[in-house]
Amino acid sequence: MSVRTIKLKIDGKEVTAQEADTILEVARENEIFIPTLCYLEGLTSLGGCRLCLVEVKGSPKLFPACSTAVSNRMEVITNSDSLMEYRRMIVELLLSERTHICAVCVANDSCELQEMATELGTDHVRFNRKWTNHKIDSSHENLVLDPNRCILCTRCIRVCDEVEGVHTLDLKMRGKDSQVIIDLDEPWGASNSCTSCMKCAAVCPVGAIYIKGKALSETKDKELPEFVLGRRCR
Amino acid sequence: METTKKIRLATVWLSGCSGCHMSFLDQDERLIELAKKVQLVYSPLVDIKTFPEDVDITIIEGAVGNEEQLNLLKQVRMRTKVLVALGDCAVTGNVTALRNALNNSAKSVLERAYVETADMNSQIPIDVPKLLEQACPLHEIVKVDYYIPGCPPPADLINYVLTELLSRKTPSMEGRFKYG
Repeated sequence: MSVRTIKLKIDGKEVTAQEADTILEVARENEIFIPTLCYLEGLTSLGGCRLCLVEVKGSPKLFPACSTAVSNRMEVITNSDSLMEYRRMIVELLLSERTHICAVCVANDSCELQEMATELGTDHVRFNRKWTNHKIDSSHENLVLDPNRCILCTRCIRVCDEVEGVHTLDLKMRGKDSQVIIDLDEPWGASNSCTSCMKCAAVCPVGAIYIKGKALSETKDKELPEFVLGRRCR
Repeated sequence: METTKKIRLATVWLSGCSGCHMSFLDQDERLIELAKKVQLVYSPLVDIKTFPEDVDITIIEGAVGNEEQLNLLKQVRMRTKVLVALGDCAVTGNVTALRNALNNSAKSVLERAYVETADMNSQIPIDVPKLLEQACPLHEIVKVDYYIPGCPPPADLINYVLTELLSRKTPSMEGRFKYG
């Protein structure tokens, strides 16, 4: 079956795409920057972080670029003032929801949330911060799970399920109380399903899952798609 | 002959490690240029005890941790035209606010530090300013005009913001700073 080639506009620039492509894929192919946090090439798109929201002409709604397919003659706007304001606010909400202290974080200088704050100019947080004190699980021989730094992007859960194929990690509770859990909410060290592949640590955009005794700058794989898919991306 | 009036600059040190002030001093020879344009009217670097009136720009390092700092911050705001939060403690609470995770309670913090973990003579200090329940960033108490995140913010960034403010421009922070 052949896939139809279509034309659309992103930020006024005319581009061609395959019908099944998402707005994010087409934008990236054409070097148009749309920020993302929960998206990771090679994993299913969640549309959870909402950083990639874009405007589509003719619709009052906003669409997550990572999980919205393009259509013929679509006109996408990725960088309006209101979108930039929403994105800054999303970063502020993420920073305020848990105890994010970059200066003492293992992910300092290798953190996508920290980078996003810089790029978007989120130089302060207007909301009162929640100073969470969730229990840290360091029972695993090599890995640590610190829910206080988690932004609930679920990349770790998806990579564990879709790439490693074991589904050791999952999510419990709802909303701000959500937490990544091991098996049926058991200590990581007692898990029989975990293969200790450490993919979860490699895909964590922040410092919520990390390898013991190492700074993230040492362990983080900058070529994430290569790591996840076993190939170099573009 | 110097005819233009010098800008009245103040720097304040609340609950922080003084690293931000060290970074301020790291502006090195640019401080000489700065000194031609400003008069330093209050700072941990000069010997003036009370915060003066009519200050043009005040740079504050550190989070607000106790009642003395809370009162000083309110006084500073009333006497300052432009207030700048310098560094992560002033902007986010940072390391100073790590204690908040201990039940958001001054009592829990004091007991942990001076009783539970004391090897000898355990006693909660008296005759010192009362600890606030939470350490908090400046803008949770007063209006802050500009923010310079970083732990500490690099001297170049401090210099950039000051230079912009001294020439009555608005500093643009996008892509220039980094938390931590």
